[in-house]
Amino acid sequence: MNRRLPPAARWLLHRAVGAVLVLWGAASLAFLVLHLVPGDPVTTLLGASATDSAALRQEILREYRLDDPLAVQYAAFLGRLATGDLGSSYQQQQPVSLIIGEQLGDTAQLSLSALVLLVAGALVTAAATAGRRRRVRGAVSGAELVAVSTPAFWLGIVLLTVFSFRLNLFPVAGAGDWRSLVLPVVTLAVPFGSLLAQVLREGMEAALHQPFALTARSRGLSGTALRLRHALRHAAVPAVTLSGWLAGGLLGGTVMVETVFARPGLGRVALDAISNRDIPVVVGLVLLSAAVYLVVNAFADLLCLWADPRLRSPA
Amino acid sequence: MTVSTTEPAPDAPDPADAANTEDAPDGPDAASPPDPTASALAVRSLTVSFGHGRRRRTVVHDVSLTLAPGECLALVGESGSGKSVTARSLIGLAGPDAAVRAEGLWVNGRDATGFRERDWRTVRGRVVGLVSQDALGALDPLRRIGAEVAEPLLVHSLATRAEVPGRVNALLAGAGVPEPEVRARQYPHQLSGGLRQRALIASATAGGPRVIVADEPTTALDVTVQARVLELLRELKESGTALLLISHDLAVVAQLADRIAVMTDGRVVESGPAADVLGAPVHPYTRTLIASVPGRRPPEPAPRAPAGEGDVRPLLSGTGLVKRYASPGGGRRTAVSHVDFTVAPGETLGVVGESGSGKSTLAALAMGLLAPDEGEVLLDGGPWSALDERRRRPLRRDIQLVHQDPLGSFDPRFTVRRILDEALSVAGPARAVRRRERAAELLDQVGLDPELLERRPARLSGGQRQRVAIARALATGPRLLVCDEPVSALDVTVQAQVLELLARLRETYGLAMLFISHDLAVVQQVSDRVLVMRDGVVVEQGPVAEVLGAPAHPYTRTLLASVPRLPDHAS
Repeated sequence: MNRRLPPAARWLLHRAVGAVLVLWGAASLAFLVLHLVPGDPVTTLLGASATDSAALRQEILREYRLDDPLAVQYAAFLGRLATGDLGSSYQQQQPVSLIIGEQLGDTAQLSLSALVLLVAGALVTAAATAGRRRRVRGAVSGAELVAVSTPAFWLGIVLLTVFSFRLNLFPVAGAGDWRSLVLPVVTLAVPFGSLLAQVLREGMEAALHQPFALTARSRGLSGTALRLRHALRHAAVPAVTLSGWLAGGLLGGTVMVETVFARPGLGRVALDAISNRDIPVVVGLVLLSAAVYLVVNAFADLLCLWADPRLRSPA
Repeated sequence: MTVSTTEPAPDAPDPADAANTEDAPDGPDAASPPDPTASALAVRSLTVSFGHGRRRRTVVHDVSLTLAPGECLALVGESGSGKSVTARSLIGLAGPDAAVRAEGLWVNGRDATGFRERDWRTVRGRVVGLVSQDALGALDPLRRIGAEVAEPLLVHSLATRAEVPGRVNALLAGAGVPEPEVRARQYPHQLSGGLRQRALIASATAGGPRVIVADEPTTALDVTVQARVLELLRELKESGTALLLISHDLAVVAQLADRIAVMTDGRVVESGPAADVLGAPVHPYTRTLIASVPGRRPPEPAPRAPAGEGDVRPLLSGTGLVKRYASPGGGRRTAVSHVDFTVAPGETLGVVGESGSGKSTLAALAMGLLAPDEGEVLLDGGPWSALDERRRRPLRRDIQLVHQDPLGSFDPRFTVRRILDEALSVAGPARAVRRRERAAELLDQVGLDPELLERRPARLSGGQRQRVAIARALATGPRLLVCDEPVSALDVTVQAQVLELLARLRETYGLAMLFISHDLAVVQQVSDRVLVMRDGVVVEQGPVAEVLGAPAHPYTRTLLASVPRLPDHAS
């Protein structure tokens, strides 16, 4: 790339080109896979309409240009995407952007709340247990291991049984006030939070064994201050690197949790769209998650640069 | 009595322990025990062990030390002697796994035997400061220099936030850091080794401590930089700060110490005024240590004039060698610039220079591992650097390499037998049985027990590893050894033994050597001719006695003047 550009601009250009490539690849893959799997979008388009005649099917095929060769359909698809048109849902006869936009708020609320809870929880457990006595550490990391390996749907069902059915503390299903959010958020946050806590603690312990930890202690710093002022930042780089993966995991987990708790949101939209071969909606969702992934990763890279000055200079 | 380091200490004295230590043979300082309450730092009968039950290892036995205010006490020993653990125990930082016991411990005259972590924190950085080895690791790499230097000020509330920048600048300037405002905003990796060490000293002195514990403060530094950092420590001492200097290097210690305590295997075997310990050592270990300091032994009587100068065809020669690397900011950096060298058969050419002088690049060029950008390396007068690798490979057996870090140059999963077998399979006997015998012979040649054949590198000592590395180099029957800092990572007594081994091998097999080192004294001891490099350029070369005896170039003179030497009266 152009060497005369300032490094920041070059980085941005590099990123932008990469982002376009990723989005193109994601859209193309989704398009291809959905055309290859067996099933018939025409049936979806007919929906519950009473008449199912050959003539009507022909008309639909022509209207949606589903009888064109695949290459032509693909080209038209990319052309529409390039102008920002995600198309209309086969099933709901509404623009995809509208369908996704309607449900985005609920999903964002759920996953962002879970993100806040899991990051906070991971930071606290890691900071409190890193470099502590073996027994404390063993017990906590054992608990984390169990939490990481717990399937989200199972945890959701257990939480529902205890807190909703038995104790009647939280609603069983649906979206309403904050109380309906508690159990889904906890279900989502626990496994990912435990994983993050483990990565953070490992990073902090590695830092606590570095010579600079001894130097810091020799200045009169307390163990807690050493963890917060020095070790945490060292743990940030591996933890932030993990967050790209975490974003993907959270999105996937949201689908599951929304189903278990019967919440509105993108999870249910995705489930419906895939089972009905509603190609435009699926492609829209794929593009959305790819975009989220790209943004999170770019953000993570910036965060790493902030945390570790050694990554900034090319030397 | 128990002195706990990080956990709250049980204060009750243990009468049994006290009785034991009183029965123990008196420490060397016990003859005239100075008043510990008037000392800067004092400990009586310090014992430190790690682990529990059967796996308990005691690494410090019954050590007594007293450091008077304004005095420099040097604690000298080789790796594993327990000197660093002793130093850390004196500031309550031996670590959570250490069991520290002492009959008495005084910090600045205060009884510290009952110190809890909270008490220690008021002392660390304020009364006692620590300067460790390798400032790159000892300063937090993710924080600015200024933040690191300021930490003691903030921890002990010695300055307000607003005062901090000014204080930091003054501290850095006081430690001899130029442009302190600029440096304070930089990160450790952006500073040279010498500046980092100065910044570390600035941070250790920020709280105005009465005592500085300096653990190998100059070990990773170039000699000229080392000389300046030692000067800074001397200034500190002269300003009234007591200095506990921990080092493996007697010559460094001799520059600063008023008194010296020699440690080996966790015990102080000899201690006393520096002149006495260096001039009239009593304990055999001290004598060995002094005798091992490189450059102490008289140079070989007659320079082993290698078979004829001039008319004999050199074994390896380089002419007009230039090597440039792409530098990170764009552009190119010249690592080696128009260098000529020759190594005659059986001759040792020493290459001396500081870090970044291009000496390791020269080694790689000589090995044919790097292609020169200009110039050529000839082997036996025929092409060497100009050969393509396929043709060079059969000749590689003639030139072998010995690294600084043998552990890094071994596959950790290989046993010694397999390490040697791999080298033998290139140029050794074809039959596996014969190779086995040969591997045992090689170990014998480098002075190792053939029993070590089944060991893996991690289970060998530093000296044993370097001997295995030499055995591996010998396996192909080379005529030239390229030794890149072969003894730099070794303890001084081990270093002396390995140098002796190299000398013996040279005599026995007529080996030629290209011997690269930052250590003038080592180069002086082993080389016939020497080549002094700086910034990729050879500033001076010639016979050792000439170059080092009557240096013509100012840089050579600076280098020579910077080498710490034992005083002449040392035994």
